[in-house]
Amino acid sequence: MSFHPQMDYAPARFHRSARRLADQGEPFAFTPERQAAFDRSVARYPADRRRSAILAALYLVQEQQGYVSRQAMRFVATQVACTPAEVEDVVTYYVMYYRRPVGTYVLAVCRTLSCALNGAERVTEALAEALGVEPGGTDATGTFTLTEFECLGACDRAPVVMVNNEHWQERLTPDRVPRFLEDLRARGLAALGGCLHAGAEPGDRAS
Amino acid sequence: MSVSFQPLLTRFVREPGSATLDFYRARDLGYEALRKAVTTLQPGEVIEQVKASGLRGRGGAGFPTGMKWQFVLKDSPKPKYICCNADESEPGTFKDHLLMERNPHLVIEGCAIACYAIGAKVAYIYIRGEFYHVQRILEREIEAAYRAGFLGTNIFGTGFDCDVYVHRGAGAYEAGEETALIESLEGKRAQPRIKPPFPAVSGLYNCPTAVNNVETLCNVPLVIAHGPEWYAAIGPEKNSGPKLYCVSGHVNTPGVFEAPMSVTLKELIFGCAGGMRDGRTLKAVIPGGSSTPVLLPDQIDIPASFDAIAKAGSMLGSAAIIALDDTTCMVWMAKNLLAFYRHESCGKCTPCREGADWLYKLLARIEAGEGRMADIDLLLDVSRNIGGKTLCPFGDAAIAPVVSTIRHFRGEYEAHVREGRCTVPAGWRGRGTAVMAH
Ligand SMILES: Cc1cc2nc3c(=O)[nH]c(=O)nc-3n(C[C@H](O)[C@H](O)[C@H](O)COP(=O)(O)O)c2cc1C
Ligand code: FES
Repeated sequence: MSFHPQMDYAPARFHRSARRLADQGEPFAFTPERQAAFDRSVARYPADRRRSAILAALYLVQEQQGYVSRQAMRFVATQVACTPAEVEDVVTYYVMYYRRPVGTYVLAVCRTLSCALNGAERVTEALAEALGVEPGGTDATGTFTLTEFECLGACDRAPVVMVNNEHWQERLTPDRVPRFLEDLRARGLAALGGCLHAGAEPGDRAS
Repeated sequence: MSVSFQPLLTRFVREPGSATLDFYRARDLGYEALRKAVTTLQPGEVIEQVKASGLRGRGGAGFPTGMKWQFVLKDSPKPKYICCNADESEPGTFKDHLLMERNPHLVIEGCAIACYAIGAKVAYIYIRGEFYHVQRILEREIEAAYRAGFLGTNIFGTGFDCDVYVHRGAGAYEAGEETALIESLEGKRAQPRIKPPFPAVSGLYNCPTAVNNVETLCNVPLVIAHGPEWYAAIGPEKNSGPKLYCVSGHVNTPGVFEAPMSVTLKELIFGCAGGMRDGRTLKAVIPGGSSTPVLLPDQIDIPASFDAIAKAGSMLGSAAIIALDDTTCMVWMAKNLLAFYRHESCGKCTPCREGADWLYKLLARIEAGEGRMADIDLLLDVSRNIGGKTLCPFGDAAIAPVVSTIRHFRGEYEAHVREGRCTVPAGWRGRGTAVMAH
């Protein structure tokens, strides 16, 4: 049923509540280094508030496994002292966690207003065409996953693309797309321009 | 037109090394405000000074910071917390990004003084997950502050202890709303809580908490270092202190500009940001982030202050000014923003969760030339059933682009319906219908 007589109810597109299950995956445990990193994170919160470290734990999972499987969610639940359902609740809410394997490079094109005014729609179209995928898809070689993201907080350098949640390419105009993909293929993340202001020290470069 | 004002928050951001502790000590405040606060002032005096300065929150609502701190239950036996809101997700906003990246010690010093003022020992900087490159800098500089004794235990030998931690979010606009931020910090979905109780009474871990924006906290060391009278004298009355403006969209030189709030929207767009690109004309201005109603070009010769923009029928919000030129279709613009709101709605309140989706669908229909005349009033009807009917102001934010564009550009909506097509196509827009990944 709908809450408004003239509008239909759309459970299939239920925003962040969309309960799309993740892949099952292999049994999961942190490597010793990641376990140590997690233990450092959890120490920032009161001893009875381990759940605060859930986002940090999920980032570590993703770093290790490339995505967050249901097996990994069970593991995280034991680490942060909550139920697997509570972990799944969190994973399905935040857009930076992948619930199934993704390409080597996940390209997140900002689609919000300031970037769109500067040609972001064309950037997405150019990337989709060059890679032969729709947003949300991974190309045939498993190298690139194309997604759209909301305002990345760098609208002065629009259009902005975030790569693998940690690296950025600013001012990616549609005509520079072929070159951008070529460079990424050839040089990997080192090819990215990053997203740091003028005056940044070389060591600050994130990519 | 240009604005002559010696920046206080961003003075050194273009200089090499400005992010380092050595630079901050040699050239900027260098934790002398923290020293002054903890060695010469009682916590209550710090709050009094911040109140007297007239500092208002830079996160969006413009709430007086001193008052917010005064409300924190100091007699509670529970620990108190400062949460620095570094979620910066309001479309068009990128000022905290610059502050944290190029002047991180000002942020850290602000956090420490805030902790001292409200009796907290811990501040969490909740940074949006996408700012990983900034987080690395911030964490490195926090380390440096610990090593120099500005954080940790017994700071300046006064017995004041303060820890500052960075907490990385994972992609959610709603995590910027203060109670949703707290939920997210507790390891849950970023969904707002019912208020009251307000965070000052029961916030993080149900303890008294103050949530302050990054830029707000960066102003605190200035107040303490130079005194509240000096600070209050900057800019118009009740809108004091330096302000960071983010100008983006169809302008020649987008960027962050610092000015007192006497600067006008017009000066910011045509002076600081170099005017409209390609010699085009200005069609509309979003003055304070996507959640604030649009203004027309004849409404922008006003101070970019909380009060003046409110008087003009919009809001200063996060001071994210988006300038739109005459190639911009206002129906398309509303659709673009409603795609944002329907995606970011946390889903807790039905009017917002369902309504934002309906608004998007109606706008998409009209923009594609398949709308009906009645759809325009339906948009307003749905908006009326969202505004003021949700737990947090997200609902009001989501309807702002719709209601304000219909108010000012109803003719453009009607033309879309009448002609059965988008009547303002532009070369920079996509050729096909962009598919949204959900
Ligand atoms: C949907 C929504 C999103 C928000 N996002 C942010 C944000 O990204 N950054 C921020 O500082 N404040 C944001 N706010 C405002 C906060 O709720 C809160 O008012 C602010 O952090 C208080 O800090 P201040 O008093 O220093 O302004 C948001 C509010 C809402 C309703
Ligand atoms: S709109 Fe793309 S970074 Fe803000």
